[in-house]
Amino acid sequence: MNRKGARLASFGVFVALALIFSYIETLIPFQIGIPGVKLGLANIVIVIALYRMPPGEVVTLSVVRVLLSGFLFGNMMSILYSLAGGLLSLAVMWGLKHLKAVSILGVSIAGGVFHNLGQLLAAALVVETYGVFSYVPVLLISGLITGLVIGLVSSEMLRRIRGLQF
Amino acid sequence: MKKGDIIIVLLVLLLAGSVFGIYTIFFGGKGADVVVYVDGEETGRYRLDENRTIEINDGTNTLVIENESARMEEAGCPDQVCVRHKAISKDGESIICLPNKVVVSVEGGEETDADAVVQ
Repeated sequence: MNRKGARLASFGVFVALALIFSYIETLIPFQIGIPGVKLGLANIVIVIALYRMPPGEVVTLSVVRVLLSGFLFGNMMSILYSLAGGLLSLAVMWGLKHLKAVSILGVSIAGGVFHNLGQLLAAALVVETYGVFSYVPVLLISGLITGLVIGLVSSEMLRRIRGLQF
Repeated sequence: MKKGDIIIVLLVLLLAGSVFGIYTIFFGGKGADVVVYVDGEETGRYRLDENRTIEINDGTNTLVIENESARMEEAGCPDQVCVRHKAISKDGESIICLPNKVVVSVEGGEETDADAVVQ
């Protein structure tokens, strides 16, 4: 298979993986009564892609999986919030990735935090109320924790697929 | 874990702490009114100390004010986050039903419970 075909196929696999992770997440009863707190398992795939794919492709991957995930498991409005959170977190992660002093853990933590903040900002714009900001502390902490977990899993994965060519 | 990671974690904790602190100092006292916003517009303002049941937004959400706290009794949204939310009673607290664009906030009321505020 030529390079381009292989890249396209791998991209498809990544999208599928992200969707599977999203599905698995719907099976785990992780419920706190606060909007936006979730495991974000699909972000493992995004973070790994961030460290192995060109940035443009990671953006496409993110958008595609948010859209498909929204059609399959969510609704139109949830796509809006996920896109806001996903793109903001991706931008921040990509920026931090360039800093030598920051490892994949820090990148991932920031990713988790900004994913939640992005969703919160989108929500604030939609309901046009400042009340949403009372959720900031909770979302920051939960973003930190989930980001840390995602980072740990991603770093372990990356170590194991180091030789893999895609 | 590298130095930059630690800095990030500290910044996040600092931000969380600050916002929490701001909310505790400037809000957090027992509330007086329950205000209902639909799509950014105020559609109702009720006293927290008067028990009542309110249909919001043509019945997509049902709010119950009872025992000086407000909770979302029922909602026609898929995720039901608003229904599962703990009842609110303090100034600054809110229950949000994002799909229906409903925000129920507690506002006004007594001074905060904080002992002192440095001027």
